[in-house]
Amino acid sequence: MGKFWALKKSIWVFHMCTGSCNNCDIEILDCLTPKFDLERFGILLVGSIRHADVILVTGAVTRKCLPRMKLTWEQMPQPKLVVGIGSCALSTGIFSPGYNIVGPVDKHIPVHAYVPGCPPKPEAIIDGVVKLVGSLG
Amino acid sequence: MMSQVLYSMGAFVVFPGFLFTAAVGLLVAWVDRKITARLQWRVGPPWYQNFVDFFKLLGKETIIPRGVSRISFLASPLIGLIGVTLVSLILWQTNLNPHQSFLGDLIVVLYLSILPSLAIVMGGSASGNPLGALGASREMKMILADELPFIVAIFTPVVSIGSIKLGSILIHQSINGMMFTHHISSIIALVVAFFCIQAKMTLVPFDAPEAEQEIMAGPYIEYSGPPLAIFKLTRAMALFTLPVFLITMFLGGFQFGGLGILWSVVKYVVILILIILVKNTNPRLRIDQALKFFWLRMFPLSIIGFILALVGL
Ligand code: SF4
Repeated sequence: MGKFWALKKSIWVFHMCTGSCNNCDIEILDCLTPKFDLERFGILLVGSIRHADVILVTGAVTRKCLPRMKLTWEQMPQPKLVVGIGSCALSTGIFSPGYNIVGPVDKHIPVHAYVPGCPPKPEAIIDGVVKLVGSLG
Repeated sequence: MMSQVLYSMGAFVVFPGFLFTAAVGLLVAWVDRKITARLQWRVGPPWYQNFVDFFKLLGKETIIPRGVSRISFLASPLIGLIGVTLVSLILWQTNLNPHQSFLGDLIVVLYLSILPSLAIVMGGSASGNPLGALGASREMKMILADELPFIVAIFTPVVSIGSIKLGSILIHQSINGMMFTHHISSIIALVVAFFCIQAKMTLVPFDAPEAEQEIMAGPYIEYSGPPLAIFKLTRAMALFTLPVFLITMFLGGFQFGGLGILWSVVKYVVILILIILVKNTNPRLRIDQALKFFWLRMFPLSIIGFILALVGL
């Protein structure tokens, strides 16, 4: 049994939007609906960052959001993991020419799993989380 | 003397105190999650989910926010845990051996059962977070709302029987049948007490103090790691202990011989499922609506039950 055996079966996620078009966020919520039901694997959406194990970041980071994103990341208890969701979070996507875009996410905080897509399907998000869990050892 | 002390310690820590209540409580909390999931056409988590959650939280970092009183922030989860453990201990000792209970144990149980709610108020106010303080103040109002009808309802069978010892109440019920089926007053009191324990556990119609979507878990907002694990454990243990309290008072307590065990479990499961169904089929009440519900509906109802008990019904 590795160090993270309990974490692997009980991942509580916090959902953070850093200026996405809101489509990725809807896909995340879709994962919690009866069709996909992530609670089967012990994955829960929590309201407070202090309870979270993983932050799901969506959106190309805007100038206004950057300090908030860093603060949220710092407020999270160890061990902490970050999943970037959507092309915006990964590479600023279609917003890259924007005047107020300072992303991508991994320029500012460490990202442990990338889920590409615009928006990624719920299946892709689940796949990303499963791969993240597999990489924990 | 020494063996007496060791026996009491064993009773507090292992059976029927902490370990027993914690294990059953976490299992019961899983039943809650599973039934909730099935009602929403989901699959739901596996049976060990709450145990894994608990051990995961124990392994996480404990963050104490700046400017927070460390002692009250860290002590409040423990106070709640000790309160619910002692309630469970007294109830199970009485159920196991009704002749051994002491005078006034009912009052002790009533007082100790407020401790978890008080611990939430203390922790929420200590956390120094505006949403935490909001949750704490709502929790305080919830205590004010449910405590009065709850106490009147719990004292209704006491009046019918004329004894304030849990043991004598159990013995009376084992001779004359359950309070619930023999006294109209106790039926009313059970209904009132049922809604009150729903509020004591801050389950859904009365979960304004920790509304997840609205004030982000309220009093728990700043808690992380082991203190949060203890709060979650306390809630799970309360979900096991408070229905046991109702069963002891109104439904004849627990029997341990032959088919009695099965019958006792059935009583508990029925109450648990009722709690879960009420939780899943109701919207969240605002705190003033909850207050009105308890003071203007439940309190007069409990008084009617009390008067019926006084005239001997
Ligand atoms: S990746 Fe696409 S869907 Fe997701 S936030 Fe960016 S633009 Fe919207």
